[in-house]
Amino acid sequence: MTAALRIQNLEKEYDNGVKALKGISLEVQTGDFFALLGKNGAGKSTAIGIISSLVNKTAGKVHIFDYDIDVDFPMARTQLGVVPQEINLSVFETPLQIVVNQAGFYGIDRNKATILAEKYLTQLGLWEKRHDVTRELSGGMKRRLMIARALMHQPKLLILDEPTAGVDIEIRRSMWEFISEINEQGTTIILTTHYLEEAENLCRNVAIIDQGRVVENTSTRELLAKSQREIYVLDLVESVKSLPAFERGKWKLVNPTCIEVDISKEQGINGIFRELNQNQIKVQSMRNKSNRLEQLFLDMTTEEEETSA
Amino acid sequence: MNWQQIWVAYMTIVRKEVTRFTRIWQQTLLPPVITTSLYFVIFGSLIGPRIGSMEGYRYMDFIVPGLILMSVITSAYANVSSSFFGSKFQRSIEELQISPTPNSVILLGYVTGGMARGLLVGLVVTIVAIFFSRLSVHNVFVMLSISMLTALLFAMGGFLNGLFARKFDDVSIVPNFILTPLTYLGGVFYSIQLLPDFWQAVSHLNPILYMINGFRYGFLGISDIPLGISYLIILLFIAALFTINLRLLNKGYGIRS
Ligand SMILES: Nc1ncnc2c1ncn2[C@@H]1O[C@H](COP(=O)(O)OP(=O)(O)OP(=O)(O)O)[C@@H](O)[C@H]1O
Ligand SMILES: [Mg+2]
Repeated sequence: MTAALRIQNLEKEYDNGVKALKGISLEVQTGDFFALLGKNGAGKSTAIGIISSLVNKTAGKVHIFDYDIDVDFPMARTQLGVVPQEINLSVFETPLQIVVNQAGFYGIDRNKATILAEKYLTQLGLWEKRHDVTRELSGGMKRRLMIARALMHQPKLLILDEPTAGVDIEIRRSMWEFISEINEQGTTIILTTHYLEEAENLCRNVAIIDQGRVVENTSTRELLAKSQREIYVLDLVESVKSLPAFERGKWKLVNPTCIEVDISKEQGINGIFRELNQNQIKVQSMRNKSNRLEQLFLDMTTEEEETSA
Repeated sequence: MNWQQIWVAYMTIVRKEVTRFTRIWQQTLLPPVITTSLYFVIFGSLIGPRIGSMEGYRYMDFIVPGLILMSVITSAYANVSSSFFGSKFQRSIEELQISPTPNSVILLGYVTGGMARGLLVGLVVTIVAIFFSRLSVHNVFVMLSISMLTALLFAMGGFLNGLFARKFDDVSIVPNFILTPLTYLGGVFYSIQLLPDFWQAVSHLNPILYMINGFRYGFLGISDIPLGISYLIILLFIAALFTINLRLLNKGYGIRS
């Protein structure tokens, strides 16, 4: 099967000397739902910029469905839809004008474009707003408009750079559903996000970029299996002054009514509760400190101090 | 993309551009009409009669072609420079950059939009001029072709300006400091025959002189310059600007980091 996206040894040094990408290689299979994760400044948007011909690369190769973006660029671009991180809408135009024009740039005539516009604007809840001035749409509506715009030429590969940033939870959920549906219909999806539960729930494969390098590239399931420990937060019914010496796990008294416990998979939760009962500590509620992927992510990426290098 | 798709892409850009300047007609179409109307009133009705004739024509009739062409030049240039810079500023130019539309089509689309505004303004100014002067047309073909080529040339110039501009001020520097002086010195208001030899020679370095004289020939049948030279100079400039713009676009100058 041809890869939807193949990146080889991609490097980017900006004019100001910042080395944003230091040789990344990735392959995303056709039909995949792929998460591209990384901290602020890791190089995700730079990579997406190069793939979508908005950023000049310093070295490396990019193929979209086997079309080299340098050689067969009209074909490569036709396969690709992009929802950028920053709003890049022509704000004095209406949503309808924006999406119909976008289709025009791919050679789709106005009649066909108008039919597609109704379909996608409706699906993204913007049909009622089609004649409004885009400047007057809310931030979440603008993001959805960018999704509709990216779909107008029905690309086989859709890259979304933080589509859910600043979007309320209800709309975010409906976006997830919408994107999943598109994926089920055969569109390959690449998603960047800082909400890791989003990646965990939606994406089958994951790559983590850190300081311009790929530090992990595997399936979400395998990645989560690597998770050897988990941190739980326990809220207590009555306050305690100090912690007894527990046998298992690492314990920390956050405040008199809150304990954090870091345990490995083998130690299990049952043992913890036995110990709590023995010491007559009553727990009111319990939750994960962070989701599993989040913890792995933090373990794999560098600390803030180092990133300033 | 096949030819049909390229045509759709081209027409999409043109339509987008025309929609833009007609939507804000108070800023794009009205001001040049008011300005040139004032010229007509002041030079034509108030001062003109005291000047007498220029190359055998009433002063008003002599300056009308130059004034029309001046409005074409300013409007064609301003349309492309501000529209292209605007889409750079809002980053909506990325819509085209990520698309399969070839750079030459992007350039031609924007430039056609600029020509449309330039020629529309020129037409309206011409209609206004009819009320102030005895407008006659000596050679329709010359008049139309020179005005279209001039609009094309300055739309290309505006595109170059848009590519280089980094802030809003950069869009008005060239019109204020280069375009307007060159237009005024290009023989809108006088025949260069009136100038001393030295300044006549200097005037020949001003490309706008060739356009104004060519255009004036279309109306009055007189020109300080042989007509063929006018066409040649205009076409040379168009070819040069087209090449430079396309090169810069291909390199991604000002739009790709
Ligand atoms: N146009 C630019 N010129 C110079 N440096 C840039 C430019 N764009 C990005 N950078 C730098 O390149 C590095 C990677 O940035 P990039 O935007 O790719 O990160 P990111 O992973 O998308 O981060 P975020 O999660 O914050 O969006 C950063 O150090 C950034 O400062
Ligand atoms: Mg980013």
